[in-house]
Amino acid sequence: MRVPLSWLAEYVDLAPGSTTEDVHAALVKVGLEEEDIHTFDVSGPVVVGEVLEFVEEPQSNGKTIRWCQVRVAPDGETAADGGPAVHGIVCGADNFFVGDKVVVTLPGAVLPGPFPIAARKTYGHVSDGMIASTRELGLGDEHDGILRLSTLGVDAEVGTDAIALLGLDDAAIEINVTPDRGYAFSIRGVAREYSHATGATFRDPATRPELVTPVGDGYPVAIDDVAPIRGRQGASVFATRVVRGVDATRPTPPWMVSRLKLAGIRSISLLVDITNYVMLELGQPIHGYDLDHLTGGIVVRRAIGGETLETLDGQKRKLDLEDLLITDGSGAIGLAGVMGGARTEMSDATTNVLIEAANFDPVSIARTARRHKLPSEASRRFERGVDPRIAVASAARVAELMVSLAGGTTDAVAGVVGEPAEPEAIRFPGGYVSALIGVDYTDDEIRGSLEEIGATVADADGGLLVTPPSWRPDLTDKSDLAEEVARIVGYDRIPSVLPVAPAGRGLTRSQRIRRTVADTLAAAGSTEILAFPFLGAEDNNLYGSPDSETVPAIKVANALDASAPYLRTTLLPGLIAAAKHNLSRGLTDLSLFEVGLVFTPEAGRSYGQAELPSGVALPTDEQLAELNDGIPPQPRHVGVLILGNAVPKQPGQPAVASGIADALAAVTQIGLATGAPIEVKQGSHKAMHPGRTAELWIGDRSIGFAGELLPQLALDSDLPRVVAVLELDLDALLESTDAAFTAGVIGTLPAATQDLSLVVSVDAPAAAVGAAVREGAGSLLEDIRLVDDYRGQGLADGTKSLTFALRFRAPDRTLTAAEATEAKLAGSALAAERFGAHIRD
Amino acid sequence: MSDSPEISESTVTAAVEAALEAIAAAADSSALKQVRTEHTGEASPLAKLNGMLRSVAPEQKAPLGKLVGQARGRVNAAFAAREHEIVEVENARQLAAEAVDVTALASRYRAGARHPLTLLQDRVSEIFTGMGWEIAEGPEVESEWFNFDALNFDADHPARAMQDTFFIDPPESHLVLRTHTSPVQVRSLLDRELPVYVLAPGRVYRTDEFDATHLPVFMQFEGLAVDKGLTMAHLKGTLNHFVKSIFGDEAKIRLRPSYFPFTEPSAELDFWHPTFKHGPRWIEWGGCGMINPNVLRAAGIDPDEYSGFAFGMGIERGLMLRNDVQDMREMVEGDVRFSQQFGMVV
Repeated sequence: MRVPLSWLAEYVDLAPGSTTEDVHAALVKVGLEEEDIHTFDVSGPVVVGEVLEFVEEPQSNGKTIRWCQVRVAPDGETAADGGPAVHGIVCGADNFFVGDKVVVTLPGAVLPGPFPIAARKTYGHVSDGMIASTRELGLGDEHDGILRLSTLGVDAEVGTDAIALLGLDDAAIEINVTPDRGYAFSIRGVAREYSHATGATFRDPATRPELVTPVGDGYPVAIDDVAPIRGRQGASVFATRVVRGVDATRPTPPWMVSRLKLAGIRSISLLVDITNYVMLELGQPIHGYDLDHLTGGIVVRRAIGGETLETLDGQKRKLDLEDLLITDGSGAIGLAGVMGGARTEMSDATTNVLIEAANFDPVSIARTARRHKLPSEASRRFERGVDPRIAVASAARVAELMVSLAGGTTDAVAGVVGEPAEPEAIRFPGGYVSALIGVDYTDDEIRGSLEEIGATVADADGGLLVTPPSWRPDLTDKSDLAEEVARIVGYDRIPSVLPVAPAGRGLTRSQRIRRTVADTLAAAGSTEILAFPFLGAEDNNLYGSPDSETVPAIKVANALDASAPYLRTTLLPGLIAAAKHNLSRGLTDLSLFEVGLVFTPEAGRSYGQAELPSGVALPTDEQLAELNDGIPPQPRHVGVLILGNAVPKQPGQPAVASGIADALAAVTQIGLATGAPIEVKQGSHKAMHPGRTAELWIGDRSIGFAGELLPQLALDSDLPRVVAVLELDLDALLESTDAAFTAGVIGTLPAATQDLSLVVSVDAPAAAVGAAVREGAGSLLEDIRLVDDYRGQGLADGTKSLTFALRFRAPDRTLTAAEATEAKLAGSALAAERFGAHIRD
Repeated sequence: MSDSPEISESTVTAAVEAALEAIAAAADSSALKQVRTEHTGEASPLAKLNGMLRSVAPEQKAPLGKLVGQARGRVNAAFAAREHEIVEVENARQLAAEAVDVTALASRYRAGARHPLTLLQDRVSEIFTGMGWEIAEGPEVESEWFNFDALNFDADHPARAMQDTFFIDPPESHLVLRTHTSPVQVRSLLDRELPVYVLAPGRVYRTDEFDATHLPVFMQFEGLAVDKGLTMAHLKGTLNHFVKSIFGDEAKIRLRPSYFPFTEPSAELDFWHPTFKHGPRWIEWGGCGMINPNVLRAAGIDPDEYSGFAFGMGIERGLMLRNDVQDMREMVEGDVRFSQQFGMVV
């Protein structure tokens, strides 16, 4: 809401010399947040001038300029710029006559832009200022010629300050109005709040005695709502007033134009401007009809099947059965509370006007505005609630302005259909507000605050019975009243007291270990990223499954990027995009990781539910179970991507290229951080290198993959050929390792070390051969490590020699070499049984 | 044996002097080893003199034995001393030879980094767990019931449209990408025993444009306390403690009246710090308030028995204010240099 200060000052006493900043500071205390400041950005000297004479001078460029003599100060006086009383000015416009009063910007003036005015040589003359158009002054869009003051209905002495004359010295504050305070979408509401904030005297513009109107037989109106939404009548009050014999062609006076302009509304025509002006002043949306275009009485009803309406923006709209309409004998003539129809709109030819000031149901208006994508100044106010008791006064205010500015007469009586509902009284128990806010408010503070906001307060059962004012439909509960007391007395009165929570248990195991995983990966040289989780179907299908062609994914209905409407099922595309981003910036050795949710709906299942339980009470256990069952699985994954050199070239150190080994090292780091025994097996994934892919297992559960991307895929993504990646399901990992670890005994007696070289088929996985040795060797084997994988001379084709370093130790005695050898041979024997291994000679 | 010398003062002295001279002349440990063999080995003069003691007259054994023994003692002591000197010199020489330019060594270590947003999220969590609060979590694809209805957002209330929601297809499923961490409030109240003191950090989604001060995906943390006798003063105390913990003792907060469907009274949270870049001033950082009785009712809690407060702040904005990050886009583009300037500390 934008509030011109001159307008505000009509209804509340602004402290003398108040600036926009001062008014903002006062309003923010009562909860109207500062958004912006609006001014015309014009500075003087800008004066009223009179065109004394001009000579038309055709130019070589085809244009004709007028070389004008303009009086800018009374005869014998000095002009506002210190120059002569008559200035010579070159003007390109031709819409004026000798004797016209115009606005002259003299040297030293600055117009919006900023556009400083100076005497300058042009078309062979020194043009000593400029004759301004409406647009140049920032008052409107009109730029067909210069502004002739007579067209605004204004006359003033030559030399008069035009900035003040046209209201260009006014300024507006812009405040953010929260959805609960519809009444603050008006000068009336903001003036009242300013008074709350400062104690200044408030004069309610809706209760001026001039606006009191007798109610009688007005224009015939009926409200006929056969399908109320959520049990609420579409229109509760419908007030009308007739003004006859207006001259619609008269200009809107400058003070109104400038106020509307500062409030963000363009001046259109006098009659329309008046309806907008009253809406801004009182918060009551107004619609004006050309009375002579109405056919019979008005009926407010819901639309019927197939009905259409051309709204005054020229759009022909198909109406919905829920739309509330204003109709006459000819059919629909307006979308109630949203936008009027084209056929009955006021025009320059209008002489008789029917003014509508109605109160429509917020829900009905909100739905219609959303359905037709027509958020209007009117609908914005109705959605938030309009004071139902000011309809007649608002219509009277419109009539008052029309009579005074457009001539004509108004019918003596207003028509009113409907009766505003009485606000419901709220019980406000004694001590409640002090206990909720933590401030010992006095009875006077509590009662005074509530009365100040316009509520009626009565004593009741040791507490108060509070009837909110008609403009505060948001006040329905004692907690709402508590906020009013707290904000009117001031939030700065609330002390600061630290509550003592019961003893907590710290982070959960999952929260703790997740953090350790991220710390471990970072400490091991990887950099954490946070990617947006939006993907295209292609990325999900390619990376989201090791084998199937399509991957079920959750789709966002209103995605920002139409090419990425799905939620990720995998972290890899985000890591790949980040890698590309870094490569494009010249960073070529990368290790990236992300820990985040992926979204993995089951194939063929739908989630969510069509009917939600009510939000006002605890749902049943069945309803809660259904709600939770409708949430798709969202496991937390960890993903790593490594490319370029793992170790860069340095003095005495050749570069070491990264590859699958680095991905597997990250697996080890994650295993260390989680305490999970992750098993690495040869695996396959359609986006990964067929010979360089490991599948990761916990027991018999596959939890992810590590390896290198398919080289062609990497190249197609503008990445280097070798890109090591890892992705695993961290939640699955944590679920499978819940048991507390049992510590073993650390042996202190001497160890015996031996090597064992086994010849096996090249297909035999080294880890499995080692596992066989470990199992066969039994408990004396403390540690086994693969130290060599030899292929070639001295070995049969298709075989390899794996050398393991073995360390034996007994808990109770020093081992003899013979005992160690016996255990080693037992290990070798099991490897022979499983893999046909034999000891290399 | 004809050329064998007699054991006498002079022969012993000559052997000793020859040995001492050789010891002094030995330049390094291998030369000294050679000298040791020559002057104390089996074939050395002193060894031979020692051997002769077996054949001397019994009455001569004691004085000559003493003579030879002392001589050997002197020589051995000289060896030890010289050996010590040589080891010292040689050690020093080796250390000198091993010296490196510590600024030019090859590193096999790569510097990684946590993301500053997750670090700040962890830091915020620590402050609250330190007060006995627990960390609560919830899904990011959430039912509208948890995201809106249970939080007192009426289906037709303009506040619901104000949230710029991402809806999940089909819209009839009533699933959304959560627009705030507040649904975790409801989940916590349903799942936990009262009293509840929890902090819910996490990712949230709004259909905002992607620019220097807006992200469609960002991080929030939501605080929730429900207990008997909680007041708005407790809310203020908690927030004051929090901002002092994270911004230093000079930070403080102020509350301004505002509106959120799920709190009543509601407030905007401003905080103040003397070292803000453009001078000390109030800066808006989030919303808060006393939990609306309707929210407690939706979670099956009697608002006449329990009260509570809630607050929510954006982590990105916290990082911008605390660490003077100018452009939010840097936080999500994944340029490693952004995270690496923070390392493991925020």
